Amino acid sequence: MRPEELLHTTPQGLYSPAGDFFIDPTRPVARALITHGHSDHARAGHGAVMATRQTLDIMAIRYGEAFAGTVQAADYGARIEVNGVGVGFHPAGHILGSAQIALDWRGCTIVASGDYKPGADPTALPFAPVPCHVFISEATFGLPVFRHPAPADEIAKLMSSLALFPERAHLVGAYALGKAQRVMALLRAAGHDRPILLHGAMEKLTAYYRTQGIDLGETRPARDAGPAERAGAVVLCPPGALADVWSRRFPDPVTAFASGWMRIRARARQNGVELPLILSDHADWDELQVAIRATGCEELWVTHGQEDALVHWATQEGLRARPLHMVGYGEEEGEGATPDAPADAPAPDAPAGVNPEVAP
Amino acid sequence: MNRFAALLDRLAYEPRRNGKIRLIADYFRHTPDPERGWALAALTGALSFRNAKPGLIRQLIGERTDPVLFALSYDYVGDLSETVALMWPAPHGLNDTEPPSLEAIVHAFTHMGRAEMPAVLTSLLDRLDETGRWALLKLITGGLRIGVSARLAKTAVAALGDHAPDAIELVWPGLAPPYAELFAWAEGHGPKPETEDPAPFRPVMLSHPLEEADVEKLDPAAFRAEWKWDGIRVQAARAAGPDGRHVTRLYSRTGEDISGAFPDLAEALAFDGVVDGELLILREERVQSFNVLQQRLNRKTVSAKLMLEFPAHIRAYDLLVDEGEDLREQPFDARRARLEALISAHPAEGRLDLSPLVPFPSWDALAQARADPAAHGAGADAEAVEGVMLKRADSLYLPGRPKGPWWKWKRDPHSVDAVLMYAQRGHGKRSSYYSDYTFGVWTGETSGTGELVPVGKAYFGFTDAELIEIDRFVRRHTVNRFGPVREVVHTPTEGLVVEVAFEGLARSTRHRSGLAMRFPRIARLRWDKPPGEADRLETLEKMIGDESHAPRTPAAVLGKQRSPAGEM
Repeated sequence: MRPEELLHTTPQGLYSPAGDFFIDPTRPVARALITHGHSDHARAGHGAVMATRQTLDIMAIRYGEAFAGTVQAADYGARIEVNGVGVGFHPAGHILGSAQIALDWRGCTIVASGDYKPGADPTALPFAPVPCHVFISEATFGLPVFRHPAPADEIAKLMSSLALFPERAHLVGAYALGKAQRVMALLRAAGHDRPILLHGAMEKLTAYYRTQGIDLGETRPARDAGPAERAGAVVLCPPGALADVWSRRFPDPVTAFASGWMRIRARARQNGVELPLILSDHADWDELQVAIRATGCEELWVTHGQEDALVHWATQEGLRARPLHMVGYGEEEGEGATPDAPADAPAPDAPAGVNPEVAP
Repeated sequence: MNRFAALLDRLAYEPRRNGKIRLIADYFRHTPDPERGWALAALTGALSFRNAKPGLIRQLIGERTDPVLFALSYDYVGDLSETVALMWPAPHGLNDTEPPSLEAIVHAFTHMGRAEMPAVLTSLLDRLDETGRWALLKLITGGLRIGVSARLAKTAVAALGDHAPDAIELVWPGLAPPYAELFAWAEGHGPKPETEDPAPFRPVMLSHPLEEADVEKLDPAAFRAEWKWDGIRVQAARAAGPDGRHVTRLYSRTGEDISGAFPDLAEALAFDGVVDGELLILREERVQSFNVLQQRLNRKTVSAKLMLEFPAHIRAYDLLVDEGEDLREQPFDARRARLEALISAHPAEGRLDLSPLVPFPSWDALAQARADPAAHGAGADAEAVEGVMLKRADSLYLPGRPKGPWWKWKRDPHSVDAVLMYAQRGHGKRSSYYSDYTFGVWTGETSGTGELVPVGKAYFGFTDAELIEIDRFVRRHTVNRFGPVREVVHTPTEGLVVEVAFEGLARSTRHRSGLAMRFPRIARLRWDKPPGEADRLETLEKMIGDESHAPRTPAAVLGKQRSPAGEM
């Protein structure tokens, strides 16, 4: 059989004709399997949704309890049959609750990895390679210029800036789900024990991380903090808030941004970032290669990001490889993720010329 | 080298002028001689490594990485040094050794032969981390581009003590790296360095763009108007040295000595003083367009043929120093009178003439002159006029860009609504975003009919927020890929309309549309407008007819921050 009979691309996203379900569809569908809670992958309005318990909880926090017709929680590692197709959720290491989805049918195994990172993260279960025939990988940082430095070294940059400018608030732009909590956990590990101030958009999700047993130390809503408390404080906010009216309450702040894109100087400068923190929740160039090899796959499909380079590398390695040219992903740390982009963009499913995000 | 690399890295991100000055001053304060002096030389552009060419760097990375991956990475990053710094496969273990000092690097690169270069550079790249590699490559290729001007670096030297930045400028021309005596003086524990240059640079005075709304508030009687010439701002300083012989220097507006590029002009000057004016090419007493001037710029060697074909002149509009007397504290009218006297006494073949005043009784009258310089005194030179300058009659010559005394009032640009057709990733500041846009208009008899033909390409005019919107549009609406170029959807009902502003149009055989735009830029994004309502080619062709009395040829740019016009 051809793997495409088990899974192929459609305008709505990856679709399994054998199992009649979509993975991370970008538009409402009857049955969806969701890899993780970032809004470009997890959208409201599907009929039936299957995801990990934590991803379902996160979707309910973001979209309300009625985000889907019915929901089904999948345990990591368990095999569930959906219309005869075997489905398994395995840790992706991307954010809390994130999963790779493995499909097996008639002797063919395809792993749709969603977004993933093999590197250590105190807020997510570690990435576990799943042997498969076809591995579907993202390529957000799929160029050899992306080699993420050690997270502890990046947090050290923030710590030394706090020591150098004790009178200035340090605004750290970080995606509200995942990155923000990881930054908090890293700061605590580095010995930062002051209360961390939070933008309103992160409060609920941060509270949810705590219920899952992740210690993030003391946090306070930024709006409640007086001038004395703001001085020299770490303030976490969604990237969009860095350039927003919201940030003006902090006089002369140091503007930091935690993202893998900070590796590229022009990117940091384009966004007016003064303290770039190279912290990514996606695999870097070396990690992509290790992860792909670890699956033992024969074929690689690349969803979004720098697909050309990754496909080139895989072909050199003797794999069959092709890009899927999928659109609608990468809003969280993809090419569209910048301080100016909405922190949580709506579905990019409008026809050309009537883009709801930008039309006046 | 570590400290200096860290400084460059910080500077690359610091947007505030004062922040940059503090960072540099802090580095100078905590770094000993001569290391800090070499750093100052690097920041002021006083270092040059003749052997380090981008070609060698490409060769070294090419020997170590896959060419396809390098090409994709370079396309993405948009900067050779940074791409190589990030991709360089450094061997493990070597980073434990102490990286070399900046002084040692400068010494090595100044004295080594061409043959030794690849081995020395490789060894250094192996021993440095990513930031160090980036700084080294920037340094030896002479392209720091970290938003630090020579003036800013000198201001940071001034900040070490209580001298004014202009005081540093005045002693600067007589100094050489590593500037130990300058730092000693700046820090208050050494004598003032003797300047040996009798014709140093004086910081120039700049103007603000005039908005239509500003005009109402200004009194026409308080201002003088001049043509704004489309050339290069130049300061000609000429004075006798200690041996009695005259020294002539031509400076750019940033104080760069460009005398070497215009020896014919420097030799023809015969005054004693400092003249502020516009460098222009004159043929048969007629000013040539910037396009012509451009052909003389940025040449490595100035041949006799080049000097003959492109004779450089100065059209003077201010006098800062007259026979040793500093006029900068005098009002414009007084300086103007002295300038007119100096010009009339100057030899006629001396390639120096006077930029005339444009008389105007009212703002309306000046607006008319600005719209049609040919009929208001500029005559045959009108095509080199890009607007008018307004200077208060009582304005002193103040360095920098003070708001109020001087205004520039450019000619109104043309604009059309065009449809985005192709996009390519930018370089430099815009790298990794789709920021180079090719746009087209309809060939049919009505909008939306016929086909779209490209009429130009623009890289700027949009805000950073708009760049992100267009970038997203491009990525989501790609219909074809040609290497680095993406074709985006452009049908009568689907696509993005952009309002393109430009300075002029010319016939061009290089483009299928037969037209080339001068200085096109994106004025507005028209998300509201369907592509079928964009402009037609015929509309543009009529514009060429309209301005046939003042044909403005496409000019590109070097040193003037202008975009090459209509390059496909």
